[in-house]
Amino acid sequence: MMSTLWRMSAMEKSESSPASPASPAGTIGEPLIIAKGLRKEYGEFTAVDGIDFHVNRGESFGFLGPNGAGKSTTMRIIAATLTRTSGEITILGKDPEKRGPEIRAHLGVVPQQDNLDSSLTVEDNLYVYGRYFGLTKKFIRAKIEELLTFAQLEEKRGVKVEALSGGMKRRLTIARALVSEPEILMLDEPTTGLDPQARHILWDRLFRLKEQGVTLLITTHYMDEAEQLCDRLIVMDKGRIMAEDSPAGLIKTYSTKEVLEVRFGADRNDLYAEKLRSMCDRIEVLPDRVLMYSDDCETLLHNVVSQGMQPTTSLVRRSSLEDVFLRLTGRTLVE
Amino acid sequence: MSDTKIARRGSLQLINVPKVLHRGALYVAEARIRVMLKWKWSIAGEAILNPMFYLLSIGIGIGKVVNSHQASGIDGVSYLAFLAPALLASACIIGAVNEVMHPTLEGFKWNKNFYAMYATPISGKQIADGVLLSGLVRALFGTLMYYGALLIFGGVSGWHSLWLIPATIFAAASFAALMLGLCAAIENSDLLLNIVGRLLIMPLFLFSGTFYSLQSMPKFLQFIGWLSPLWHATEVGRWISYGHHISTQGLIAHFLYMGIMYLVGVHYARHFYLKRLSK
Repeated sequence: MMSTLWRMSAMEKSESSPASPASPAGTIGEPLIIAKGLRKEYGEFTAVDGIDFHVNRGESFGFLGPNGAGKSTTMRIIAATLTRTSGEITILGKDPEKRGPEIRAHLGVVPQQDNLDSSLTVEDNLYVYGRYFGLTKKFIRAKIEELLTFAQLEEKRGVKVEALSGGMKRRLTIARALVSEPEILMLDEPTTGLDPQARHILWDRLFRLKEQGVTLLITTHYMDEAEQLCDRLIVMDKGRIMAEDSPAGLIKTYSTKEVLEVRFGADRNDLYAEKLRSMCDRIEVLPDRVLMYSDDCETLLHNVVSQGMQPTTSLVRRSSLEDVFLRLTGRTLVE
Repeated sequence: MSDTKIARRGSLQLINVPKVLHRGALYVAEARIRVMLKWKWSIAGEAILNPMFYLLSIGIGIGKVVNSHQASGIDGVSYLAFLAPALLASACIIGAVNEVMHPTLEGFKWNKNFYAMYATPISGKQIADGVLLSGLVRALFGTLMYYGALLIFGGVSGWHSLWLIPATIFAAASFAALMLGLCAAIENSDLLLNIVGRLLIMPLFLFSGTFYSLQSMPKFLQFIGWLSPLWHATEVGRWISYGHHISTQGLIAHFLYMGIMYLVGVHYARHFYLKRLSK
C-alpha cells in the first residue's frame, strides 16, 4: 500500500513538473518511468494485463519473459509509439499519449527487428537519424566517427546497409540509437544475432553508458544477459508481472543456491521422480532431465548415487533466472 | 565493438525539442531527398529523356499528321501547343505520385524505416508531410526539365507560360496527397500497385483530354476527366499557355476541386500514417 501511494505521489509530482532545463541531468534514483495498472488489449487478446512498475534514473531495468509475455508491447507503450487501453504511465514526467514526440526526443530505441534504411550507406543511416532529432550537421559528423568506432564499422562507412551481415546491422542499429545521446536507451532483445565476443563488448558498452547516467531498459529472454545487465527486473508471463526484484534477489526468493540436473533417459526420468522428490527442497521434471533444488547439490548428488540411482549425466550449477521463471510459471523460457 | 570513449552531453542538453517539433517534416523530406540523390543520374536521365521522347514522337510526329488534316489547329493552336500543358501536367503528376507511393510502401512494408523515424521526435503527421514534400521537390525538378524541353521544342513560349510551373505543382500536390493517403490506407502492396497502375493512372492519362479535347469524347466517358486532377490541370495549363477559353467560374471550380482534393488527401494521409505507425 505504501509503495502504491509513493508511486502515485511520484507520478503526480513528475506530471506537473517535468525535468527542469536548469537541472538537465536530473537526480540519480528519481523515477523516470512510472506505470500503474497499465493494460493493452487487442480485441479479445490482452497483451499487457494491468501491470505496475517504475524505473529510476540511472537504473538498468529488465523485462524478462518468453515470447508473447508482453515485453515488447510494454516497451512500445514506453516508447510512445503505441497507445494503452487503460492505466496510467508517465515517462520523464510526461504522458506518452499527450506528449509523445517530446518523450521520444530523449529515447534511444533499438527495436527487435532492424529497421535501417537499406538504400542508404552506413554513414548516411547515422546522419539522417541524427537529423530526425534536429541535431546540427557538425555535431552529427563528429558523432558518426565515434559511433563507427564504437560499432567497429569504420571500414563499412560507405557501404550500403543491404550489403551488411546480420551482426553488422545489429551493431549499426545500436549505434544509431546512441546518436542523440538519449536519457533512456531502450533495447528490445539487443544481442540477438551478435557473436559471443560482440555480445560481451556490447554489455561492456552498456555498463559504461549506465555509468554516465543513461537509464537502460532491456527486454531479453537470455538469462545471462538479464543477470549481467539488469539492476532490477520484472519477470513477465502472459501480460502479467510474476515477480520483481534484482536478479540475485529473485534467485534468493524463488530458488535455492544450487541446482542438480540429472538425466536418466527420456522414458526413465518420470520413474525416478517420486524418489528424487523426497531427497531435496523441490524438483522439476522436464522432458529431457530432472532438476533438483538444494543449497548443497554436491551432497545431494552423492545421496542420489548412494541410493542406487545412476544418472547417465549429472551437472551441479548455481541457480539462474531460468529456475526462477520455471518456479513462477511452471514453464521454461524457451518452450 | 570497440571501447572508444564517447564524450556525452545527454539529449536533455543536446536536443532543441520545440525546434524539432516544428521542423520534423523538413527532416523527413531531407532524408528522402538524400535517398533520391543516390539515384540522381537515373532521375536526371528520366527527366530529360522522357519529354524528349514524348515531344518527338507525339508532339512532332503525330502533331504533323494532325496539323496536316486540321489547318486551323486544335483549339486554335498547333497540336504541339495543345499537347504541351497536358504532357507537362501528366509528367509532373505521375512523378509526384511515384515519389510518394514507393517510399510509403518501403517505409511501412519493405524496410520499415518509417517505424525508425517514428521512434524519434518525428510525428506520424510529419512523416506523411515530409514524404509529400519530398515528392513535390522531385516533381518540381521534373517539371522544370520538362518545361525547358517544351521551350526548346516550341510547345510553350512567353514569360506568362512560367505560371504553368506552380499550377502544375499544385495539381501534382493534390493528386499526390490523395495517393499518399490511399497508399497508407491499403496495406496489401500488390493490391495497391494494381489499383494505382491499372485503375487510376492509365485511365486518368487516357481520359483526361491529354491527346484530344475531352468534349470530343462520349458523354459517359467525360466524367472520368471531370474526376481527374490531370484534366483540371490540363485545362488550367492550356488557359495559361495559349488562352484556352475557361469561364471565371470554371477556373475557380478547377482550383477548388484540386484544393479540396489536396486537403482531403493530406487529412487522410496523416490519419492513416498515424494509424499504421501506432498499431
